[in-house]
Amino acid sequence: MSHSVELTNVGMTFGATRAVGDVSFAVEAGEFFSILGPSGCGKTTILRMIAGFLQPTEGRIAIGGRDMSGLGPNQRPTAMIFQSLALFPLMPVWENIAFGLEARGASKAERRAKADDLLKLIALEGFGDRMPGELSGGQRQRVAIARALAVEPQVLLLDEPLSALDLKLRQHMRAELRALQKRTGVTFIYITHDQSEALAMSDRVAVMSAGVLQQVGAPRDLYESPRTPFVASFVGETNAISGTVVEVSDTVATIDTAHGRMSGRSGEGLKSGGTARLYVRPEALVPGLDVENRLTATIERSDFEGAFALLHGRLADGSPLVASVGNTALAEAPGPGESAAFGFETRHAVVLADG
Amino acid sequence: MASLVERFGGGLATILIGLVAVWLVAMVLAPNLMMIDYALRPNLPPAAIGGPDDVYSLDNITYLAQESVHRTIFFKTVWASALVALATFVVCYPLAFWLAQNATPNQTAVVLIALTVPFWINEVLRTLAWYILLAFRGPLNALLLSVGIIDEPVRWYGNGGVLAGMIYAYILFMLFPIYNSIESLDKSQLEAARDLGASTLRIHRRIVIPHAKAGIATGCVFTFMLAAGSYVAPALLGAPGSRWFTEIIYNWFFEGGDWNRGAAYALVLLVLCLLVVLLALRIARVNLADVAK
Repeated sequence: MSHSVELTNVGMTFGATRAVGDVSFAVEAGEFFSILGPSGCGKTTILRMIAGFLQPTEGRIAIGGRDMSGLGPNQRPTAMIFQSLALFPLMPVWENIAFGLEARGASKAERRAKADDLLKLIALEGFGDRMPGELSGGQRQRVAIARALAVEPQVLLLDEPLSALDLKLRQHMRAELRALQKRTGVTFIYITHDQSEALAMSDRVAVMSAGVLQQVGAPRDLYESPRTPFVASFVGETNAISGTVVEVSDTVATIDTAHGRMSGRSGEGLKSGGTARLYVRPEALVPGLDVENRLTATIERSDFEGAFALLHGRLADGSPLVASVGNTALAEAPGPGESAAFGFETRHAVVLADG
Repeated sequence: MASLVERFGGGLATILIGLVAVWLVAMVLAPNLMMIDYALRPNLPPAAIGGPDDVYSLDNITYLAQESVHRTIFFKTVWASALVALATFVVCYPLAFWLAQNATPNQTAVVLIALTVPFWINEVLRTLAWYILLAFRGPLNALLLSVGIIDEPVRWYGNGGVLAGMIYAYILFMLFPIYNSIESLDKSQLEAARDLGASTLRIHRRIVIPHAKAGIATGCVFTFMLAAGSYVAPALLGAPGSRWFTEIIYNWFFEGGDWNRGAAYALVLLVLCLLVVLLALRIARVNLADVAK
């Protein structure tokens, strides 16, 4: 498959602020690609550079193999879905959807036909003559998508479009977006600060922090094999135990911590004697598991979440520890006030050098 | 009214309502009723007022209908006022758009102060400034001559001078309503339209102007009414060929000594202006309540 969107050493500086620095990644055609990061990490800046609202101060952006330097948003094969959706409130739904075609000089009959086709695609047949204000949040969302798809873009850019919806609707729209993307085959680049959204929908996710690209990978890769401390702690919940590296091999690293010696899979750049942290997910901590890697904590409280419960405890040095216990094993799990030992497999933990 | 009593107590509420009533009756209602009364009576020597000849009739108004010079000036005033409103709109719209959507807060402050400061000076003096600028041997002609745009001085007084003076005088009445209405337009709508491939012209025609319609209508109504009732600009910057209807009304009052006919002329101007405004709002599908906001 060819690269749909390719960023090469892209940087953006506003005055004295460096919003994005030296970012390179390639998005494949037909891929659902997310950019995940906390607010202010530069993800929206990247999206706006791809859309053409901003010109990068360094590097280049190519779409479909064509260099986009100097081209405005109306000259690029992209369409954007705004956080606010930005539907035109004074135009009926069908005119909203057909606005891009209107700008291209299509006849009224042509526009109406295309709008009706797209309304069918988003399951809003017969809504063409309503005003956007008369639609529900989810319906408006779908109209915004249809409006962007009407211009047949190579790439659809989505700027946190689900953030204004309530939880149930958001989960429903996730599935719908994903299905729509598969059906149309359009490349989606999706911006979000919500990691569960990114993990659930995307083929691949790029994690950003402070304008720097941290890691690009499939959702499972990011979760199971984070390469930087930021990714390890931002994507999913984790426990971080700091210590000193005593032994490193290609696959396994062992560190000395305040709670004893423990090992995990080794990350890049580890040196014997250097400081590092071991990251272990709550669900990898098994109460009473008798293995080499063990942590003892006093349980403070247990948060029941339905399918599982989160046990919040403190280690001997006072640092917090979170373990997740599946519903079926809850009966044997330690309760608040008890001291419990948790074991975890070496392959379920990662050791990363402090960055 | 009940809420006024609740908030201020019976005594204060009565005083406030009383003051508003006095203002409405004495300053608005009474003068207009007196004007209508004057307009419908004949102009008589003091001794004959209240006598057998002092009867109501439409003579003063039919006089205007029959007097072709006055009639021509009347209609010219109406359409020229519409032209002033249009020209002021053309001047203000780009500035209002820039101020509302693109300018930094500092730029907005500087421009608004620069536009407002001249209005601290009396309208007559401001118009006199234009009188000086546009003089036959004045700075504008001197500048254009020295740059070589014109070969001999232009007589600006007349239609051109009146138009320039009025646009200048009413710029704020047009600018602020449009600025306010464009400011409430979500910037992402402009970006969405641009992203979908719309040209600048289409963005304004389809997104900005429909959004700002009430503001534009308000600005145009203000400017039209002010222009139609303007006296200083045509008196100072006009020429015999560019007489304004208000000048004729003035002449009836202060030179012709015929207050009745002057009042009739003023009444006709008022009624016609109201009709034009209501018609324009109907065509633009803006209701009066939106304009009042």
